Amino acid sequence: MSFNLRKDSKGVVVVGVDGQLIVGNRQELKQKVLDALEGGAKKFVIDFSRTGYIDSSGLGVLVSLSKKIREQGGDLRLAGLNEDLQTLFELTKLDTLFSILKTPEEAVAAF
Amino acid sequence: MTTPPAPPLRLVVRRRGREGQPLEFSLGVPSDLACVGDAVELVALQCRAGPLSMRRLAFNLRTALAEALTNAITYGSRRDPAKVVQVRVEVTVQAVVIRVQDVGDGFDPAAVPDPTVPANVAKEDGRGLFVLRHLVDQVTFNPKGNVICLTLRAG
Repeated sequence: MSFNLRKDSKGVVVVGVDGQLIVGNRQELKQKVLDALEGGAKKFVIDFSRTGYIDSSGLGVLVSLSKKIREQGGDLRLAGLNEDLQTLFELTKLDTLFSILKTPEEAVAAF
Repeated sequence: MTTPPAPPLRLVVRRRGREGQPLEFSLGVPSDLACVGDAVELVALQCRAGPLSMRRLAFNLRTALAEALTNAITYGSRRDPAKVVQVRVEVTVQAVVIRVQDVGDGFDPAAVPDPTVPANVAKEDGRGLFVLRHLVDQVTFNPKGNVICLTLRAG
């Protein structure tokens, strides 16, 4: 499992989550995004196209990051959720908190 | 920041599941949150020959077990690595039953707030039990509240 950060030509940071986002690795994701935020990035997309599962700790870190990014005048969008992950966001009503797009390309284009 | 490596885990097969007999195995998990991912993968690997679809094995079982272990380690063991959370799994043709036991004082599951009410939706934590209940067919607790039993029926 790992997190891959890339910055596209519009300056959007796209973070790919490989494997899972859970209690054991959420801090690593948080630190990578916060480092990019501190480096001046404002627009973020988390890409879950290659993610198997997310636990509630992973959901919690997304809530935390979204707050911190908004405090800095930026925005965090989510993309690439499979049907099970989409259901997880709907069940927890987190779909009302996040802007969720089908693909990372759509999420980047929407900025 | 790199996540520190988790201590090795040892799985004990109690019954091999031959000739229609259930497969039974157990796992002792040190109360270190870094162990959760590896413990989940070990259990899921052993359950591959069971009655769950690949999709439910990949998502429902993994997520639900991660939640149960995280709760046991965080609230039951207070993240003391010397304390071990016991996982016991029975795989039959009808279901996978997972029992997670911690050494804590237990809790009252009915007292856990609903994370989906407007006042709680934007909170960072408090969703574990709610998520878990939606991913498995049955959740039960012992009276003390330190053993959770998850049942995922075939399919």
